[in-house]
Amino acid sequence: MNRIGVVVFPGSNCEYDAASAVTDLGAKAEFIWHSATSLGDVDGVILPGGFAHGDYLRPGALARFSPVMEAVRSFAAAGGAVLGICNGFQVLTEAGLLPGALQKNRGLTFLCQPTTLVVASTNSVLTRSTSLGQELRIPINHFSGSYTCTDETHQQLVDNDQVVLRYVDNPNGSRDNIAGICNEGRNVVGLMPHPERAMSTLLGSADGRALLAGFVGQTVVVA
Amino acid sequence: MNYSVAVSVTLRAGIADPEGATIERALPALGFSGISDVRAGKSFTLRIEADDPSEAVMIARSLAERLLSNPVMEDAAVRLIEEV
Repeated sequence: MNRIGVVVFPGSNCEYDAASAVTDLGAKAEFIWHSATSLGDVDGVILPGGFAHGDYLRPGALARFSPVMEAVRSFAAAGGAVLGICNGFQVLTEAGLLPGALQKNRGLTFLCQPTTLVVASTNSVLTRSTSLGQELRIPINHFSGSYTCTDETHQQLVDNDQVVLRYVDNPNGSRDNIAGICNEGRNVVGLMPHPERAMSTLLGSADGRALLAGFVGQTVVVA
Repeated sequence: MNYSVAVSVTLRAGIADPEGATIERALPALGFSGISDVRAGKSFTLRIEADDPSEAVMIARSLAERLLSNPVMEDAAVRLIEEV
């Protein structure tokens, strides 16, 4: 059984949703407190949504200095699968594990709504079980989710096929409709939408399963 | 010596500033006219132990670049206030 570590910062609030989702997909979830200096024996790691360290200063700015992040950095450098969802995406950009930054939404409103995403690349640990151009109904829940980066970084993202998910109807002003990106190694992915909240048609959508099943499955290869 | 140093963080030119723009749009309703380029940001004051003012500023600048601002989207300005 795949073991997925779910990092818990003070202020994380989606860790149980993430753990429940991967458990539902047949993996074993293990919570990892932010002060841990090792991830233990895991096949993949998720940085969940929430407000790590209160989002003080900037979302992710202080979480980046939590001891666990050195372990996440080493794990990622060794090719381990890392997924940052919402606040986790913000943490990964602040930590420099993914390029760019997330700024306040255009319109300055907190957005909590379903969105439609289109798969822009299937070559990542998150999107490998989806098909190119596939539309996915996944909710967002954020105030600082507008993806921004320099022209140079944007060109690199496009040239290297690192944009993995785009919004169909850009809700937050993200550059180039970007909802999710991966690193050059394709083993670190961050996205603002919440696939772990789209696991059941009873609750609106089960489209998150395709993404997280890919993530959980990919860890077999990486391990 | 201790020095009081101010750090001001604002969004870089070219990065949309919805907060500044919203404040600017509210100004006419308050009777202000002729005000433009409103940029919102954060300000910090620090008390820094250093040998001289230039060292205090150098320490503050390093801190501003590594933590107080995100260089991807923000600029940081450092200003020495006084010896304290």
